[in-house]
Amino acid sequence: MNTTDKAVSAFVSLARPRRSFLSKFLRWEWFLVALIALVVIVNSRLSPYFLDVQNLFRASSDFMEMGLMMLPMVFIIVTGNVDLAVASTLGMAASFMGLLFNNGVNIWIAAGAALLLGVAAGLLAGYLISRLKVPALVITLGTYAFYRGMAYVMLGDQAARGYPASFTYIGQGTLPGAPVPFSMVLFLSMALIFGLVLHKTAFGRYLYAIGHNQEAVVYSGIPVARVKVVIFMVSGLMSALAGLVLAARYGSTRPDIGTGLELAVITAVSRANALRHGPAEYPG
Amino acid sequence: MSENTLRLTNISKSFAGVHALRGVHFELRLGEVHALLGENGAGKSTLVKVITGVHQPDTGEIYLNDRRIHLADPREATALGISAIYQELSTFPDLDIAENIFVGRRPTLASGLVNWRRMYRDAEQLLSSLGVHLDLKTKARYLSVAQQQMVEIARALSVNARILIMDEPTSALTLNEVADLFQIVRRLRENGTAILFISHRLEELFEIADRVTVLRDGAYVDTRSMNGVTQEELIRMMVGRTVKELFPKKDVKVGEVVLRVNKLTRKGAFRSVSFELHKGEILGMAGLVGAGRTEVSQAIFGVIPADEGMIEIEGKALRITSPSQAMECGLAYVPEDRQHHGLVLPMDITDNVTLPILSRFSRWGWLATKSAQQAAYDAVTQMEVRATTVWQKVRELSGGNQQKVVLAKWLSTHPRILILDEPTRGIDVGTKAAVHSLMSELAAQGIAILMISSELPEILGMSDRILVMHDGRVTGLFNRSEATQEKIMMAATQAV
Amino acid sequence: MTTNTPALSRPSLLSLFARFRELALVGFIVLLIIVISLQNPRFLTFTNFRDILLDISILAMIALAQGMVIITRGIDLSVASMLALTAMMVAFVVKAFPDTPLVFTVLLGTASGAVLGSINGLVITVGKVPPIIATLGTLGVYRGLVFFYSKGNWINPVDLPSSFKQLAKAVPLDLPNLVIVALIVAAIAYVFLNYTRAGRDIYALGTNPEAAKISGIRTDRVTFMVYLISGIVCGLAGVMWASRFEAAQTNTALGFELQTVAAAVIGGVSMLGGIGTVPGVLLGALLLGIIQNGLTLSNISQFWQLAVQGFLILLAVILDSTIQQRIKQTAVRGAVK
Repeated sequence: MNTTDKAVSAFVSLARPRRSFLSKFLRWEWFLVALIALVVIVNSRLSPYFLDVQNLFRASSDFMEMGLMMLPMVFIIVTGNVDLAVASTLGMAASFMGLLFNNGVNIWIAAGAALLLGVAAGLLAGYLISRLKVPALVITLGTYAFYRGMAYVMLGDQAARGYPASFTYIGQGTLPGAPVPFSMVLFLSMALIFGLVLHKTAFGRYLYAIGHNQEAVVYSGIPVARVKVVIFMVSGLMSALAGLVLAARYGSTRPDIGTGLELAVITAVSRANALRHGPAEYPG
Repeated sequence: MSENTLRLTNISKSFAGVHALRGVHFELRLGEVHALLGENGAGKSTLVKVITGVHQPDTGEIYLNDRRIHLADPREATALGISAIYQELSTFPDLDIAENIFVGRRPTLASGLVNWRRMYRDAEQLLSSLGVHLDLKTKARYLSVAQQQMVEIARALSVNARILIMDEPTSALTLNEVADLFQIVRRLRENGTAILFISHRLEELFEIADRVTVLRDGAYVDTRSMNGVTQEELIRMMVGRTVKELFPKKDVKVGEVVLRVNKLTRKGAFRSVSFELHKGEILGMAGLVGAGRTEVSQAIFGVIPADEGMIEIEGKALRITSPSQAMECGLAYVPEDRQHHGLVLPMDITDNVTLPILSRFSRWGWLATKSAQQAAYDAVTQMEVRATTVWQKVRELSGGNQQKVVLAKWLSTHPRILILDEPTRGIDVGTKAAVHSLMSELAAQGIAILMISSELPEILGMSDRILVMHDGRVTGLFNRSEATQEKIMMAATQAV
Repeated sequence: MTTNTPALSRPSLLSLFARFRELALVGFIVLLIIVISLQNPRFLTFTNFRDILLDISILAMIALAQGMVIITRGIDLSVASMLALTAMMVAFVVKAFPDTPLVFTVLLGTASGAVLGSINGLVITVGKVPPIIATLGTLGVYRGLVFFYSKGNWINPVDLPSSFKQLAKAVPLDLPNLVIVALIVAAIAYVFLNYTRAGRDIYALGTNPEAAKISGIRTDRVTFMVYLISGIVCGLAGVMWASRFEAAQTNTALGFELQTVAAAVIGGVSMLGGIGTVPGVLLGALLLGIIQNGLTLSNISQFWQLAVQGFLILLAVILDSTIQQRIKQTAVRGAVK
């Protein structure tokens, strides 16, 4: 174990080799590009309407909603967990909003309530995962079914429709004077925030550290359980937000809204993650 | 036919450029107990893994009964009659005792189906030949360490092992259990089995071993008969210098009580543990592996809180339930298991050192990367960590330097109470000395240190007072002047 | 067994519960049956139970394979895609050649399942890709192949000869063929997991992979084998699915993989590996089937089905992990540091 390696100098240097901050940030950008490319590929593969041009257009434009769910999924997968319930949370939140709207609640209040429900959904999953020390896969498998089930319970075979134009703008509108969809702007600004959090904050460092060695992070006095709860809450919030965007785009909500998106989201993120880290990250 | 059964010549093995073994010779005869001795990191485990086919040597030859052999994997070693009982027990928690014994070679019926009836019968026979009686349908999960060891010995016998390797089999056993084990070892020796025996307890080796081979820093030192060698000689061979130079303990005036532990209890781990720790004091905590020392320190640091009892820090009574709370009270804990609890190996030095104190470098969540790096740089330079930059991955550092990074990490939290759990396990002699003088230095600065160690010389050399635990209870407390190896071992094994 | 002095007598209540976990599940199922049949007399009839068994047969078969994979600490998320792909291939063949012998359709299904499963196995063992990522990938790829193969076309009941439709549904011995097939699969699984070396190695690998390697178990081979078996079972299930539902569609069994995991987990298979039994998994599938059937029969809206299912999974996991943790805390001292 003695250090006989001659290349190792006795002095530590502060001079940074190779990577700059800019390039670090660029890696995140590449990551996003890779995500988008993967999603389009995966999505077109997964889509049951592969050869139907009209539907293909619709399916691939699902991306903004998927992208919103992918951002927190990056956090979750970086920590070595997974959230199978994102699409179900999306469905439950959108259905909840639809239910409230059908009962005469103002659309914006309903939307706010849906976001809160999303946060609560993530809170429950996160709490169970950290408390029971059960793999996230198992817990979110349960919430996956439970939340989607709640979406059906809320709306049944009804659909909520007739949202005001001010609301559908979120999903259908473009920026004034430019053909850029509002949802894309929303996604890109969220991506910026998530990227900054991951790379420029203590919280981001914690996520990586947890993913590599959770025990050591616990021993370092970092409330790992709380961090996990937070990322699942964020995941719930973003899924609910995605639900609003999707409902706004469709102009209606049915309880099966967004069904099946979770696997595409997870596949894209985990593949992009594997690409970025390389196989060396999985010790053989 | 030659008397020797297994002979290794000029074995070398390196991992990622680090030499684990350099030109090692080893010879094991039938019907002998041959001790393998060396400090942690001297290459014992690597040598064992070469013999059992887990690792393949880079150079060197292995002969079995004068026939050259190549061991590509553990199966081949097993087929040749070589079996090992590793330090980390390799039982299968969810399989029952009988199946644990026959896991690699379950008896089958003519139809090819597993013959459970015969498996239980054979297991029963094997265990009673060892004088052990266990309910064969119990899952290994519910066995004590000693019982699991018996199961592993039975497993080795089931494959007709002629060569049995025992890697630190006694480290977690009580005195009675050790006696039982030695009886079995002697019985095996009489039957002509060759036994390679690894232990850190020299007294034990004089009791059980016929010959001893010493390794140091991966290199072969010598092979001697146990009859013609003294304990001091063995230590000198292991360490490569006289013991006097070690343990630069400074005399420090001990101050007021900073940590008072009162009747601390956690079910299944320890009960009613009480002690006091003073400013500037080094309190050594001795005991066997599994005595509950680590559990007590984990409870004090809030990793796994205690069920009952009180912790008082600087006069304030507290219930510590999380490491962050402990850190706020001025505690720091350097864990025993560096790789799993101390470090995030794939991350760089900066990340590791600043992990507990990142919030200090953040404003509204925004991380001031530059000052974090500066802090990490200062900390590791002070510790004289050998690394190229603070961006170097901790994984690439040697064991000793990794331990220095862990120490740097915890010292940068500016603790008033420092818990060190096996601070020098598995690190080279040079770093060991550095860690010891650092401890002395810190105590002189007024930091209170609680040091857990399983190495008696370290305990005796570094501690102001020595607390001994056995089976979850405090069984002895000695002053530096009155403590001896014998007194501590008596208390640690409750052999009064 | 010969006598032995029980030097160690520690069968705590918890470990007893863990040992007889299936009994608890049986108790719960019986309770559920009582509650539902009090509400609805049509529930507790032979015909209805035959329907339940028919409904859960495919789920049970795949859940057994899934359970086996989970025992090795892995997971196979591609099961539904494998099922859909083989169903589509077999249905196409039968449509083109209505005289295909039934045996051949089964062989074709299992053989193509074996190919798909071994691809999973190779990616995981040779490619060293974590199972969840590997099978998520093949989930997409295999489903994509369904579209590629069918060019988006569906196979409808009119396309299939009645002999093929009868393959799953004929009722020779008061029980439909499909149920009999599932029972045979379960019996084979039981013997395999309890009485063959390969089967026992699955448990050894799951409960302590490191030790398994040291003990000379060829861990990669065992890992490959479980994914191969999973593929074969899915292939068989694909043929049965096409026969039973008289159709093969591009979205056949979409999302079914999560149900198989649910049945296994409710049936007591531990996601941490090493623990799980055939009766347990069967009971898990039965429980899911009874809930579905009961909800359909009862006046409770069918929209509650999924929510109740999800709630039960959570409940099972919460109970199970609490018990497991308690057992570990009380029992293991030296082994887990």
